[in-house]
Amino acid sequence: MPAEPPIDVPLHLFEAYERLAVRPAPVPIAGGTDIMVRITGELGEIPARMLDLSRVTALKGITLDTGALVLGAATTYTEIRRSALCRAHLPALVEAAATIGAAQIQNRGTLGGNIANASPAGDTLPILLAADARILVGGQRGEREIQASEFFTGYRQTALAADELILHVTFPLPAGREIRFRKVGTRRAQAISKVVLALAWRGGGPSFGWSDVRVALGSVAATPIRAAATEAVLEGARPTPEVADRAAETLAGELVPIDDVRSTAEYRRMVAGRVLHRLLREAGGW
Amino acid sequence: MPSRTVTRPPDAGSATDALVIAPGEVAPGRAAGYPLRREGPAKLTGAAKYTDDLVFPGAWYGATIRSTEPRARLIAIEPDPEADWSKVVIVTAADIPGENVVSAIKDDQPVLVPVGGEIRHHSEPVALLAAADRETLRRLKGRIKLITEPLAPIFDPELSDHVFAAYEIGNGDLQAGFAEAHIVLEGEYRVGHQEQLYIENQAMIAIPGEGGEMAIHGSMQCPYYVHTAMRKALGLDARQARVIQEETGGAFGGKEEYPSIVALHAALLAMKCGRPVRMIYERHEDLAATTKRHPAIIRERTGVTRDGRLVAQDIEVIMDGGAYTTLTPVVLSRGALHAGGPYRCPNVRIRARATRTNTPPNGAFRGFGAPQTQFATETHMNRLAEALAMSPAELRARNVYQLGDTTPTGQVLRESVAAEEVLQRAIARTDFEHVRDATAAEAGKRNGSGHIPSGRLRTTDSRVASGIGLALAWHGAGFTGSGELRIGSVASLELTADGRIQILVAATEMGQGTKTIFPLLVAGELGVPIDWVEFAVQDTAYVPDSGPTVASRTAMVVGGLCIQAARRLKAEVEARHPGLPFHEVFREDASSNGPVRIDQQFEAYPGVGFDDTTYRGDAYPAFGWAAAVAIVDVDLDTGEVRVREVTAVDDVGAVIHPIMCEGQVEGGTLQAVGYATIEEIKLQDGRYLNDRLATYLIPTALDAPRIITELVEVPFSGAPHGAKGVGELPMDVAAPAVVAAIHDATGVWITELPATPERIMAALHGPSGPPVEARSDAA
Amino acid sequence: MSGFRFLVNGAPAEVDVSGMRRLLDVLREDLGLTGTKEGCGEGECGACSVLLDGQVVDSCLVPICQVEGRIVRTVEGLSLAARERGDLDTLQEAFLEHGAAQCGICTPGMLMAARAYLDAGGPPDEEAIREAIAGNLCRCTGYTKIVDAIAAVASPVE
Repeated sequence: MPAEPPIDVPLHLFEAYERLAVRPAPVPIAGGTDIMVRITGELGEIPARMLDLSRVTALKGITLDTGALVLGAATTYTEIRRSALCRAHLPALVEAAATIGAAQIQNRGTLGGNIANASPAGDTLPILLAADARILVGGQRGEREIQASEFFTGYRQTALAADELILHVTFPLPAGREIRFRKVGTRRAQAISKVVLALAWRGGGPSFGWSDVRVALGSVAATPIRAAATEAVLEGARPTPEVADRAAETLAGELVPIDDVRSTAEYRRMVAGRVLHRLLREAGGW
Repeated sequence: MPSRTVTRPPDAGSATDALVIAPGEVAPGRAAGYPLRREGPAKLTGAAKYTDDLVFPGAWYGATIRSTEPRARLIAIEPDPEADWSKVVIVTAADIPGENVVSAIKDDQPVLVPVGGEIRHHSEPVALLAAADRETLRRLKGRIKLITEPLAPIFDPELSDHVFAAYEIGNGDLQAGFAEAHIVLEGEYRVGHQEQLYIENQAMIAIPGEGGEMAIHGSMQCPYYVHTAMRKALGLDARQARVIQEETGGAFGGKEEYPSIVALHAALLAMKCGRPVRMIYERHEDLAATTKRHPAIIRERTGVTRDGRLVAQDIEVIMDGGAYTTLTPVVLSRGALHAGGPYRCPNVRIRARATRTNTPPNGAFRGFGAPQTQFATETHMNRLAEALAMSPAELRARNVYQLGDTTPTGQVLRESVAAEEVLQRAIARTDFEHVRDATAAEAGKRNGSGHIPSGRLRTTDSRVASGIGLALAWHGAGFTGSGELRIGSVASLELTADGRIQILVAATEMGQGTKTIFPLLVAGELGVPIDWVEFAVQDTAYVPDSGPTVASRTAMVVGGLCIQAARRLKAEVEARHPGLPFHEVFREDASSNGPVRIDQQFEAYPGVGFDDTTYRGDAYPAFGWAAAVAIVDVDLDTGEVRVREVTAVDDVGAVIHPIMCEGQVEGGTLQAVGYATIEEIKLQDGRYLNDRLATYLIPTALDAPRIITELVEVPFSGAPHGAKGVGELPMDVAAPAVVAAIHDATGVWITELPATPERIMAALHGPSGPPVEARSDAA
Repeated sequence: MSGFRFLVNGAPAEVDVSGMRRLLDVLREDLGLTGTKEGCGEGECGACSVLLDGQVVDSCLVPICQVEGRIVRTVEGLSLAARERGDLDTLQEAFLEHGAAQCGICTPGMLMAARAYLDAGGPPDEEAIREAIAGNLCRCTGYTKIVDAIAAVASPVE
């Protein structure tokens, strides 16, 4: 017996901003794949008031903008999967989108929703961290851009203020950057991850070391995280067997995951290390 | 042994006209064509009405207030004095007009925990609430406070001293058997809870009538179970209580005994508010509160000679019954009776017990105890084969039951034994030995090469390993022992005055095909088109008690009664019209001689006898036999298992409808694959943590293997059509086949279900090593 | 509260309900279209799948305010033309012939996911079909016959 809290349906961004400025601020809804589960009241408090974003066209669209890919917050996973721009410039995000739910969820769920929901298991979030994405948020007080690495502040906590909306996400596209993605879940569709990992690096010809290495993970901490010690091992290095061993060991050592209904801390640590090892092995071609 | 493999006629079911059976052209007992699912069009257009689809004007909505502790004394039930309770009704145990028990084997489960009584599990029903609208219900549901005094709970079934049931089955001389053995293998196996996960949640609507009547419309397997429960707890007579089964969206045992509780709750609320009350569970409540498959611990000690002959089996089974008896004694019984597996062994001891824990009660689920014990025994057999350096197929071939062999209860298998046949067919169909050689060669290459040795955090050259695994099972057809005689089912067939032919049974359709195969069987006997045979609604006001729709007994037992009734009807009508066939004369006969009703009561299968006290004799009238071969890919980086293909060869005695029979095998096989790989319930303080569909996962279409079914028919002479039942058989066999395939791929035995990646990785890389230490020693 | 207008199975519908009312409840309770089923209420089982502007969605996750002015198709409207003749459409017929419906509770949602796949020109490829219906849980069939039924009516790739 879900509740039916009142909802406003603004047509324009400024109207949405106005509604959000009222205290207590309404809870925004786009695709509804997370928020509609909350109105049953079985998982935490039922929102007192809602704000529908589906009519705000400013939140839609995928564009290529001076060396960056910009995705509107209301871009659905299906739109990401079908986008020629995403496939060409950010295939790892396409891959991540394909692992979320199944057709029904992909048709509705949005990138902005995944970010705002801030689940530690959010499947696109390690991509944002690995790609140095910037999240543009806005409200009546103006707009500001937040680095993905600074966005997730605690368990389901974000840097987004109650009167702000996520507007779009900018993925810089530096030359020579590669991103790899791997999700480990309980089943092949409709599964929340046990471990999700994204690895990004630049350069790395046969004789050059990697630079701008990012190792980002989900489901291993209270928030999506970057593994700083592991990144340090890989920065300037090449993906040799020795480096891979060291990186996997370092990653397993620096993660502090938990046992929960989906998996165990032990498994998450081991498998995060092994997945990284595999990605490095593939990158190294050995 | 006569047998044949059923191949579907190329056009069977491919067009509506393919199923018309021309009058007089039908061989007795079997129709020539295969009809389409009778209620299929309604289900495919959305016209079919399930319980929650029914509208009863003025109906209120019901909800259940449940315990939040695993064990406590209930001191008081306190509605918040600040809240407005004037627009709702509250029901507690004090409102129960009859006995406060849910009728089952032992009347130990209350309909609602009474004040002063003991809460025995988390999510136990304590009070009920109904309101005209769901918003009021939702608001007030949280404002009834339970005052309790906590008691120390017991969660470990081995530590519990409250024994629901215990059996010992024995044959031969165990000590002598072990003395003869060259290898003695010990093992401990564990299986966890499994949820039936019918996609339609539990649903009941109670409608109070004049003169103390109460009608129940709902989703259920067994209308007469609900009927009996209503009479007892509500103090109604047989006429006042009325139960109507609506379209039922899956059950799998989960709607065998639990619906009685839902129905009683709805009825109590309806009595109190004097209106229809809808008690429709949401998924979370259904997962948290309703019965699951019994978790079990099985310890096996088996002696085998060097040439692979089983000489001793010593098996201990402990099942976790949960907080109340429910059907546990029967589940345990079936588990124990199947624990030896389909193998000849002269010296056997099977000791089984089920105990009480402070967890939600466990109950019926497809297979009914047999999947638990046969997972253990089949995995043990595969480990024995490994210890003998013998092919698992060969070890089985040397030990499978043959005609004339004796089971642990002393039952001599006089007919319908197809263990070897299903085994050999599965081996041939999958080219088992060759594939196994190939996977062994691959494994050899993996271990032999790879310039980087593997480690806990180090991957190897090969990311994916493939494996093939085999298992074999038997499943006793119908009720255990003298169960069928005790209930004395009746199926009726009526030729009405206006010339309609109607089947009257309480056997329910829940997807398996009852509504199609019964008319098919009757039409075949009468020599009329199937469309001329009607299937009456499952309403206790009209249909006789033909027993519950459980134990794979529907096609075999009730279907058999329908055939016998049809034969009698045909004979009676034709006797009045010498030389003319039934189909030409029945309408005229009905209009001139009036209606004819045949009530066919079950009679004992000839020569079948069982002693329930000593557990000696014919435990089942016949057995179904099944082999499964699974092929898996294991991701060596993560331990993720993909079951690629399962070949299921099942002997069901006689195939009544090949497509529906295959459907049973395929569905049961996938449930077994889920049981083997991903279906898991973790508990915390007696509460299920996996109590939502986001956390209790079953296979999706992407996870499901391609299932290849081969049906074998080795008929049972006791049933007029030879059928032995199919519902549960496939559930017994696929899980150990998957686990064997995981071993073939990885070299580790997973002895606890589900075989999760966590367990596989722990077995492969430590730190704790394989959970079970194998002990092999030469005697 | 305000009126929401949209097309359901080709016919205009207007409901005066809360904007957060689930499309599922509007269909089942306000419009009497009970062919769409509720299995979990949280987007896991797909029993409530309908087409929204041709895309398959879980109607338990769609607030009615987002349906204003849009096109909804449910199992009742799967085969409007065929239904007028009292028939099933080719997809429904394939399900019936292959034995792809057993208990039937997942069937309406399964048909809608399959319809979306077929309307998008999906080929008779087993893996692609399995992915297309991965959001629809079935506990009866083991999926084999469902996949076969969909493949039987999918157009082969040129």
